[in-house]
This record gives sequence, C-alpha cells and structure tokens, in this order.
Amino acid sequence: MRRLDALQAVYPELERCVVVTIMGAVAAELQSIGHRPNFFYLQHAMGLASSVGLGIALGRPELQVVVFDGDGSLLMNLGGLTTLARYRPRNLVHVVFDNESLLSVGGFPTATSTGSDLAEIAKAAGVPHTATVRGLEEFREAFLAAQKRDDLTTLVAKTDAVGPSGYVTDLSLLENRYEFARHLKQLGRGE
Amino acid sequence: MLSASFTPYSLAVPVSVESSTAIYRALKETGVRIVSALPETWLVHLIRMAEDDDEMTLVRLAKEEEGVGISTGAHLAGVKSAMLMQNHGFLAAINGIVSCGQLYRIPLLMLISQRGSFGEQDPWQCEGGGVTEHVLEALRIPFDRLEAAEHVGKRIAKAQTLAHSASRPVALLLCRDLMWDD
Ligand SMILES: Cc1ncc(C[n+]2csc(CCOP(=O)(O)OP(=O)(O)O)c2C)c(N)n1
Repeated sequence: MRRLDALQAVYPELERCVVVTIMGAVAAELQSIGHRPNFFYLQHAMGLASSVGLGIALGRPELQVVVFDGDGSLLMNLGGLTTLARYRPRNLVHVVFDNESLLSVGGFPTATSTGSDLAEIAKAAGVPHTATVRGLEEFREAFLAAQKRDDLTTLVAKTDAVGPSGYVTDLSLLENRYEFARHLKQLGRGE
Repeated sequence: MLSASFTPYSLAVPVSVESSTAIYRALKETGVRIVSALPETWLVHLIRMAEDDDEMTLVRLAKEEEGVGISTGAHLAGVKSAMLMQNHGFLAAINGIVSCGQLYRIPLLMLISQRGSFGEQDPWQCEGGGVTEHVLEALRIPFDRLEAAEHVGKRIAKAQTLAHSASRPVALLLCRDLMWDD
C-alpha cells in the first residue's frame, strides 16, 4: 500500500476532524491531496506529533483528533505512547504509517524493518485498541472503525517506502500554525 | 502496597508548602488549565495541588520533551498550560523547545526548579545548576528567577504576559531560597 493512496482513501473523513501530521513526506503528501485549515503539519520536532495531538484532545474533548505519525518519529517518543495510553483520550485516532524507514532523510531502515512491532508496543504501553493493517481497504475500514469507536486507537499501517520527490511546500510553517489555531477557535464558537 | 510505616517522601523533605501554594495560585490566576509535569523533590507539593484540583488537568509525563508537544497542542486548541520540571528535565526537552516551541512561536510557560546552586546537597544535581542559565541564554529564552515570596505572583503573571505577547517560550527558575525551608 502506498501512503498517498491510504491518505486519499480516508481524506473525505478528515474534513470533520482536527489533523496533526509529522514532518516531511507525509505532510507534503497530504498537502498534495489538498490542504485544509484543520490540518497542522509539525514540520520538525520528531516524535512530538502524538504529544501535540494529546494536548489538543485534552484541551478540547469535543474535537475529534487524528494524528498521522511515522515509525521513525514514534520510535523517538515511545514514552509518549505510555502517556497517550495513560490519559486515553477517546477523541484521538493515532495512525502510524510504518514504512520501516526514515524515508524523508534518505530512506535508511528503522528498527521496524528488523522486527520491532509498533502495534504490539502500543498495546503493551496500554493503548486499548491497536491493529496492524497492510491493504488499502483494510486500512480504510480500520480507520473508519477507529473514528466511530469513541476510544483511543493506535493503527499501524504498513506502507511502501515511497514518497514525493520534494518536501518543501509553499505553505509556510507559521501561516499553517496561525490558520490552524484560528480555525480551532472558530470551531469553538460553533461556526 | 505501601507498608503502614510508609512516610510520603514529600513529608520527609522540607519543600516549602507556602511557596508552592503561592506559585500554584499564581499559575491559576494567569488562566493555566493544563499542567504537565515530571516529578522531582522540589515540585512535589505543586504536583499534588494540580492532582487535587478538579479545574486542572495534570499530565504526568514519561519525559519532559513530551510536555512541549502537549503545551503546543493545548495552545493551538486555545487552552493555557504550563510545564513543571527540574533543570535536568529542561535540558532533556531542548529539541522540543527549539523545534516545536520556538519554531512555531508557542507561548510556553516553563517552571524549572533550579537544582545544583549554592546549598545543593545532592552531588548528582550539581552539573545542571551551572549550565542552565547559560543554556537558556543561548536559546534566547527570556527567563527570571523566583527567589523570594514577593517575586512569585508578579513574575509569574509577567512571564505569562510576555509568553503571549512575544508568542515564545519563557522560563521561570524556581530557586532554592524559595522552594526549600531550611
Ligand atoms: C531530532 C531529529 N533528528 C533527525 C531529524 C531528521 N529527520 C527528519 S524526517 C526524519 C525521518 C522521519 O521518519 P518517519 O517518522 O518514519 O517518517 P518518514 O520520513 O518515513 O515518512 C528524520 C530522521 C529530525 N528532524 N529531528
């Protein structure tokens, strides 16, 4: 499964969510499908996308938060998984695109390529619902189920180590950050 | 299970309840509703207060850097937050502070216990004390020291104001003379 196709398959569902992605390839791919004001791309700070998602989920329990994480990024903040599990935000779906590599910086393999299992790690950390999916339809169904579940899910989607040719887009980091915050504020006013 | 003779560590050490109460009150007065923390001795009362307060969400971290992400998310979601950590925790959080807090101009209020200064008795705390202020300066993080009771309310309020007007991380150092009753 290509990650771009996976993103495309769930893109319509993202409209009513608040989305946080990691840097690099995922951010560029989601923007290539179409940026929306409810998407925030954490363009550095590896590992913290899930923590940012947790902060939003705890601060605004009425919002449905989706985090698009990566294997390399998550491996940098495994402790954060235990915090996520501990507070168990029911309004957060944590998707990990596991391409077994640090694709955005040359594609060097991560430890998931030699057997580390992120869904099992998440489960052992205490995340109540975890799964590993490999096919596109399987991903879409698991994502929809997670959204409906009203509980914390970590969904590991095994994807091919392919991505866009470049990662810099014309959306500036601060423009994205302020637009996103303003959008969340408006959501609070029921607009 | 705890044995009957268990004495909570916090009762066995002279961390100032009065100063901790004043700090906690000041945080609440500036509108803080989420506190993320990683315990250390000087912070025990502050953490308990957050824990016992229905109006506060306490997030217990596995590592301090997570707190930067949580505060970032909280800010983007329109909620004021603060981080409680010791200076070694601040050192452990630096990339998050730079690559998330500073890069994205997040008003991040960090309360950092300044271990390893004059009077420090724990040998292992002594390196951090000597580098913390230099690192804060190198990172261009505005900071001030809380050393006496009269500093607490005003400096916390001012730190919070600057964090928001500058839209940047700021730090307050919780110093020994304030935190330790000896
Ligand atoms: C602390 C830190 N170290 C290294 C980097 C360089 N870096 C940028 S993206 C990336 C790989 C991210 O890997 P993953 O989360 O698996 O996502 P992918 O690139 O595979 O989509 C790395 C190592 C960084 N941004 N921050």
